[in-house]
Amino acid sequence: MNPVQEQAEIFAVAQVGAYVQFTMVAPGIAEHAQPGQFVAVAVGGPATSMVLRRAFALYGATPSGEFAGTIQFVVASHGPGTQWLVRQPVGASLDIVGPLGKPFPMPSDPVPAVLVGGGYGAAPLIPLAKALLDAGSEVEIIIGAASSDRLFGELVARRTVGKVSVTTDDGTAGVQGLVTDLLPATIKQIGAQVVYACGPMAMLREVGAIARDHAIAAQVAVEESMACGIGVCMTCVLPVRGVDGKSRFVRSCVDGPVFAADQVRWADVGTIPDDLVGADAMKGH
Amino acid sequence: MTTRLGSLDLPNPVLTASGCAAAGRELGQFFDVAELGAVVTKSIMLNPRSGRPTPRMAETPSGMLNSIGLQGPGIAAFIDNDLAWLAEQGARTVVSIAGSNTDEFVTVARRLSGHPAVSMIEVNISCPNVESRGQVFACDVQASSRVIGAVRRAVDPRIPIFAKLTPDVTDIGAIARACADSGVDGFSLINTVLGLVIDTDTFGPFLGGVTGGLSGPAIRPIAVRCVWQVRQAVPHLPILGMGGIQSGLDALQFILAGASAVSVGTAVFGDPHAPVRILAELEGALGERGFASLREAIGLAHQPADQRPRRRPADVATS
Repeated sequence: MNPVQEQAEIFAVAQVGAYVQFTMVAPGIAEHAQPGQFVAVAVGGPATSMVLRRAFALYGATPSGEFAGTIQFVVASHGPGTQWLVRQPVGASLDIVGPLGKPFPMPSDPVPAVLVGGGYGAAPLIPLAKALLDAGSEVEIIIGAASSDRLFGELVARRTVGKVSVTTDDGTAGVQGLVTDLLPATIKQIGAQVVYACGPMAMLREVGAIARDHAIAAQVAVEESMACGIGVCMTCVLPVRGVDGKSRFVRSCVDGPVFAADQVRWADVGTIPDDLVGADAMKGH
Repeated sequence: MTTRLGSLDLPNPVLTASGCAAAGRELGQFFDVAELGAVVTKSIMLNPRSGRPTPRMAETPSGMLNSIGLQGPGIAAFIDNDLAWLAEQGARTVVSIAGSNTDEFVTVARRLSGHPAVSMIEVNISCPNVESRGQVFACDVQASSRVIGAVRRAVDPRIPIFAKLTPDVTDIGAIARACADSGVDGFSLINTVLGLVIDTDTFGPFLGGVTGGLSGPAIRPIAVRCVWQVRQAVPHLPILGMGGIQSGLDALQFILAGASAVSVGTAVFGDPHAPVRILAELEGALGERGFASLREAIGLAHQPADQRPRRRPADVATS
């Protein structure tokens, strides 16, 4: 379905640890949104000097029923755009484009799945967990962050998924260490056939490596910086191996943000590998 | 709202900008691209091109710096996929072409010449000339005139050839005159302004490509100045104006400075409906000011103050 642009009213704002969770009245976006997709939000108001949207993974989408459709996303405030956003009150309106990007692919038959979220990267895993559980899959979720206040989704994960492990780098919550420290044992324990993950690039790369070691699939959602979110600006590219075996720079906004981890050339991010399609044309530039 | 770019008649004066709309397909999810004056495609080169490493973008005050490096599929795949799609939509198409030497420009232009879906060719000479140690073609009078002359000779004379110029020159009028002498049919003004952002955490350049092109409202006064200067230097050739246009009134500034049409670029990243919104706003702004047609407003700022019409309220103008 095509994305839409909506003037969406803020229905609720909640502080969740270090993050701010928005619930927006956005029926057009909510109607077709799927786990793993994201929205692009204009920031700064009409006279702003910030010309680019900010992208946020969808944390939830409730299509229209008794009430108008709503969507949820989670904001970590770390720059002028997100700082403006978290100051917006309930009842204010935001210009939102969505749903954008490819969703997490669902297994054709129910299979045990491990979900791994770093920081607010756990947000899109919650609706994914619900969808997997509804489809009959067994789900275990591992969430982690630098410290306890940077964790997201632990309570809701316990309510919806049940089986939740927590790690923090500093040991202020759960097991001290990284989410990937717990991943091999969790895969073995439930006989996982697939890992889903969202979080920082280094974490996704490691998740991919662990999945490969266990000969199972990993579907990961990247958080690459992007200007447009709709596929026209070409800023959010990653080197990705295609089905034809050739690697190209592909747009994480429309060809992702979810990729099969073994297709992404993690070690080559930020470079132009020699065998990339079109790399030869860059010589001399 | 009709306008002309050389021999090309357009139903309205709002186009996309090269590199800000890919080949129209993504914006087609938001509106019918055939409603635009034309779609201007991302600069295409002869062969597939990976583009530069990431990071490719930094947001800056009222703008952004980008360093994409002309990523693209090459002319053959462009014709088969992108141009075919644009033709299906019934969109008028301006194909932007680039080259690392004169021969590449000519080869790409020949592939497009005579193609029924090509309404105009925009020659992006604001890119580096490999045969001149990477100097930008449009920074040099001779290099500009050589490319434009060669492309003009290679392409069906019914297809207008526009030169896309960089503002990063001492005398843009001199470059424009050289292009005019080589047979160019008009100008696309302006390309991005060269810039640099330093990362204060890594202590080095932020972008993978080191320097980048600055776009957005931050460069709008530079762009309006360039349109003004080229209009004075080469008054008989049409101008497609661009650079930070976000509203109908922004577009009107370019028209008054001498542009016959405008391209909406970076604004699309913030608002995918920007081109159609700006078209409606421009139409409203012209009507409110009592203009009976777009043509009346083109270049009006060059008239002495006492020869410019006084702004009339809309109700007077229409009564």
